[in-house]
Parts: sequence; C-alpha cells; structure tokens
Amino acid sequence: MKGPTESFPVAANRELGNAQLRSNLGNATSTIRAKRARVVEELPDWEALRDAGSAIKADVLANLDTYLLQFEQALTAAGATVHWARDGAEACAVVAEVARAHGADEVVKVKSLTTDEIELNATLAAQGIHALETDFAELILQLDGDWSSHILVPAIHRNRTEIRDLFQRTIAPDITSDEPGVLAEAARVYLRERFLNAKVGVSGANFGVAETGTLCVVESEGNGRMCTTLPPVLVSIIGIEKLVPSFADLEVFLQLLPRSSTGERMNPYTSLWTGVTEGDGPQELHVVLLDNGRTRVLEDEVGRQALHCIRCSACLNVCPVYSRTGGHAYGSVYPGPIGAILTPQLIGIENAPSLPFASSLCGACYEVCPVKIDIPRVLLHLREKSVDAVGGRTERAAMSGVGWVFGRAWRLRLAQRIGRVLQRPFVRDGVIRRLPPPLSAWTDSRDLRPIAPAHPSDENSGNDDE
Amino acid sequence: MSDARSQILDRIRTATGGAAAPPESRREYRHHDERSHAERVELFCERVGDYQAEVKRVHRDQLRAAIRNALKRHQAKRVAIPASFPQAWLSPSVEFIHDQGLTARELDGFDAVVTGCSVAIAETGTIVTTGGQYEGRRLLSLVPDLHICIVSESQIVGLVPEALAQVQLLVSRQRRPLTFISGPSATSDIELERVEGVHGPRKLVVLVVGEENP
Repeated sequence: MKGPTESFPVAANRELGNAQLRSNLGNATSTIRAKRARVVEELPDWEALRDAGSAIKADVLANLDTYLLQFEQALTAAGATVHWARDGAEACAVVAEVARAHGADEVVKVKSLTTDEIELNATLAAQGIHALETDFAELILQLDGDWSSHILVPAIHRNRTEIRDLFQRTIAPDITSDEPGVLAEAARVYLRERFLNAKVGVSGANFGVAETGTLCVVESEGNGRMCTTLPPVLVSIIGIEKLVPSFADLEVFLQLLPRSSTGERMNPYTSLWTGVTEGDGPQELHVVLLDNGRTRVLEDEVGRQALHCIRCSACLNVCPVYSRTGGHAYGSVYPGPIGAILTPQLIGIENAPSLPFASSLCGACYEVCPVKIDIPRVLLHLREKSVDAVGGRTERAAMSGVGWVFGRAWRLRLAQRIGRVLQRPFVRDGVIRRLPPPLSAWTDSRDLRPIAPAHPSDENSGNDDE
Repeated sequence: MSDARSQILDRIRTATGGAAAPPESRREYRHHDERSHAERVELFCERVGDYQAEVKRVHRDQLRAAIRNALKRHQAKRVAIPASFPQAWLSPSVEFIHDQGLTARELDGFDAVVTGCSVAIAETGTIVTTGGQYEGRRLLSLVPDLHICIVSESQIVGLVPEALAQVQLLVSRQRRPLTFISGPSATSDIELERVEGVHGPRKLVVLVVGEENP
C-alpha cells in the first residue's frame, strides 16, 4: 500500500484551496451526518449494539488464528479454494492467476477498499488484465484516472456536468443531460453488457463468518450482486480482521453498518454466500485471506483496535478536519480519522509520520464509531511513536499542523471548542490541576485556566466556513 | 502458499500471545420485538415505502389479480418466475416463464420477475430471500428491471436478530445463499442525489398478503 507522498499539512493546505471540493464535501458530510443521527436515534438499543460490536471484534482479534483456521476449514468444505497472502503482491498474483486460467482479459469488480489498498487494478493492468470498476462512483473515477475522496461516496468532489462531459468522452458519446438519473442509466447500459460477458468477478467482503465460511458484501447499486452471482468464477479478497465468529454475530453488524454509513435503516442489497451453490452463482470460488500489515497492527495493544473498523465512514463525516480537507489530503486509501490511525500502522509510522497529527482530537469520531474505536487515544499513542520514530521531522510536521489550525479565525474557534470538550474531565472547581501525560509535565508545577465557556455565537460560527 | 499461511498464523500468535482475554461479548440489545402483529405489518409496509418501493396489502384471494395488475401497471409482458412457483398465483392472461436454468443474458430480455421470500424485517423494511422454491436463484431477482415480491404477513418479524435466527440453519446446514433486499437498487453518488435503480431492478413492488401463508 502506498503511503502519503507529502505531509498532511502541505496536502491539506492545497486541498483547502479547492473551493468545489470544500463545498461538495461540506454538503455531503453534513447531509449524511444528519441522516445518520436520525436513524441512530430511532434505535433504543444503539449503545448496546455498539458494545456488542466492539466486544465481538475484540474477541476476533484475540483469537484470530483460531477463527481463521475455522473459516478456512468451513470454506474448503463448502467448495471454495482458500489462499493466504502475506502482502498485496501475493493477493494480486492469485487474482491474475485465476483470470489467466480462465482466459479472462477483463474482470468485473465490486467496490472494495481492500483491493484499492493492494493496488490490484494497476497490478492486473501491468499483466494485460483490465479490472473494471462497477460501482457508479468508482467507474467515474476510473474513467477519468481520478481517485477517491470519500470511502462511501468516492466521487463526491465531482459535479454532475463534469460527469456528463466525462461520459460524453468515454462511455456515452450521445448523452446530453446531466440529470443523475440519466447518468446512472448510461452507466447501467454500459456495464450491463460487461456483466453478462464477465468470466471472472472480484470482490472484497465486509464480513466473513468463521463458523460457516460465509462471505458478506453490503452495497446499494446491485453491482455487487452482479459481480458475485453472474460470472462463473469469483475471487473474494478479505482482510484477516474482517471475520466474525458466528453467523448470529451478523445481527449486530448488519444493524450498525448501514445506519452508520449511509444513514439508512438498511442498505438496498446485502449478499451472503457460503462457498459454491450448485446451479446458482459462481461455480468456482477463491478466497484470499490478506495480511498486508494487519499482523503488524495487531502487535500494538493500543493501536490494534483500528482493526475493529467496519469501513462505515461515520468518522469522516463528523471530523472537522476531514470535512474541510477531503480525502485526498490524507494521501492514502483510508482517509479521515480512521485513516490517520490505520494507515501509519499498516505501512509503518515512519512512512506516514504526519498522519496522526491530522486531527484536532475533538473526539467526535469516537462518539459515532459503531465499534467504539477510541480514535483520539490511538492518535495520541501514535503521535508519541511518530516522534520516537522520526524525531524532529515529526515535530516540525506537527508544528506546521498547529500553524494550520491557527491560520484562520474559524480554525481557532474550532480548536477552542474542541479544547472545551477535551478538558471537561480535568476541570475541577474551574481549574485544571492535572493533565494526562505528556501534558502532565506542564500541570505538575502549575494550575491551568480552562478555555472559557463559549459565547453562543461562537458555537454557531465554529462550524461554518467563513 | 502454505508458507504464507504458517507465517501469517505465526505472526498472529506472536502478536496476541500473552494478551489478556477480552471481556465477554455482551448482548444486551433487543432480540425480540414487542410490537403486536398488526403494528409489525403496518411498520413493515411503511418502511418498505420509505425506500420508494410500491407496497400493497392484499388478501390472499386477491393475490393473483394483484400480481397481474402490478405487471400491467408497469407494462411488463415477459415475466420470469422460479421453477416451482405456485400455479394458483399465475393469471392465465400473462406469459409467465419458469426458470429452468435461464441464462443471465436470456433473463436480460425479461421485463419482470415475481418471487416470494423467506422472511421480512419490519424495522428495516427488508426482504430476505434464501433460494427457496418460491424465491429461485439469485440472478432471478437481479437481472429484470421490475421485481414483484410476495411477502406473507406471517413472514414478517420485527427485528434483524429475529430474521437471522430464522435463516441461520439454512446457511449452516444447507449453505444457502442469502440476499437482503431493502428497496430498489439505488445510488447517491452524484452530488448525493438519490437515484433509484442502477444495476439491480429499478422498480420493486411488494405485495403483502394477509391472513394465511400462501
């Protein structure tokens, strides 16, 4: 997986200059945020579901070897072929080999962050195999050589007229309207023929059930169903952390994920398949179990909770930093708060030393996380590691982050707002007497006056783009 | 590849060895719906409707006519049905074709498909198909542009855990593939504007059948 090629503050500064990105992203994140809040509110047992989700994931990580072996055994018994891949290259090689064995020079793909992480498309292209993205937004990006800015709505930085013009140049020369419905129809027509001809499908998986060998893909458009049922051969690549122990555990995640992700009670389509079913769907199934840095993350007792992530993107939508810089600033497949803790751990902190500083530590990400990943805690932990790993270089990066935070009035207001929330546990009788390390070095010898309560107008303006 | 396998397992054991056992999973969320049958059916219809699907409640005796009318309303002429679909539901005025191994390309020439389901979830407005005899193969309810799904009131449960409990054995014993359907296919990829219908059926009609299990 590629890491960022420049530090976060540098990239963020550039992205902030993109007015369209900021406006689209601002609208998208606030809309999804509101939808999510509405459907989460509806469930009286949301917190109990989060607790269960978190506990199940902790159990999976603690017993990962056992669950993986169980998963492998169940899959094999169900007629699937299981491959283990230490890194992206090994995983890509499996897909290439399967495609070659079936004489396929094109594979149809379900949107999958895991395959983006291992750069599957480029690797296959180098071997003369075209990996066709079939998710609407991913298709748009692929046609334009662009890349994702949001986990859930990857092309949110593009407007309808741009997409129409792109389609005119590529898949639908005669298209004139820029209505989303018309554009979607063009993609439907273009991809339908490709689905019908596809010999090999490639998917990721949102969940894998250790007990039964069941794979699960959660989606909206139906392209996931197409890719996992129409081609005679299917290769599914799954990160080793995506397991759940039993089939019943899905009852937790199928409630947490759609509400957190798209703000829907349920996403339009969820496919669950267990090996090969005679007469229905692919008759050859390959499952690739991917490490690619995950065992490295597992070594860190604080940081490993990043592996609980179910890729809902709720933390992106509430993040005051992400909702302004967008995903490109993170220089990685995994943007936003989760990316800031996952990417440095997957590829090594020395390769992404500024990412743990790409946050104001406001804690909103933790509050919305459906599996209760304590992102602020992991960020602080990784900041320490970053300083240890690259020393002054990181401090400079961090300081330029501070410069970025204080660069404009709204950012300072925001930082103060965040500070007010963060200091709450430490304020006693209007004074901060003791802060956690490393700030305790400061408070050991003095009391600190907390940030003053907000003026109501501050609270409102703090969230606005001036 | 066995090399990669043992190395990954070794790394996992080294990384997690000696770690404290995680706390027992707590399951304090709802497992049983407390609504009455009538409330549950009402909620299901409302929630399916929220997805811009057409919902119609029909008495068992009216089902055949309801299927015919829905097909007529959408001008669907070529209609696919699962191989062992009940004859009683089929109006003689419509050309129904049983799926005896139709290819995806053949199905692409159909206007509609009519299927049943295994269980439905009121709280999320979800239909679950499991490849049963009234449901057919997965591609049936995927390729044609109109999906008419018949849901018996008695199949409606309140909560997601109740639905999974009902289909669990079909997965663990028979390895049946499942599809959860919540409204028609949709995307919000362009400027977050919702468009119904990208690759799956653009129209979903749900007929909720009262009184007895059809």
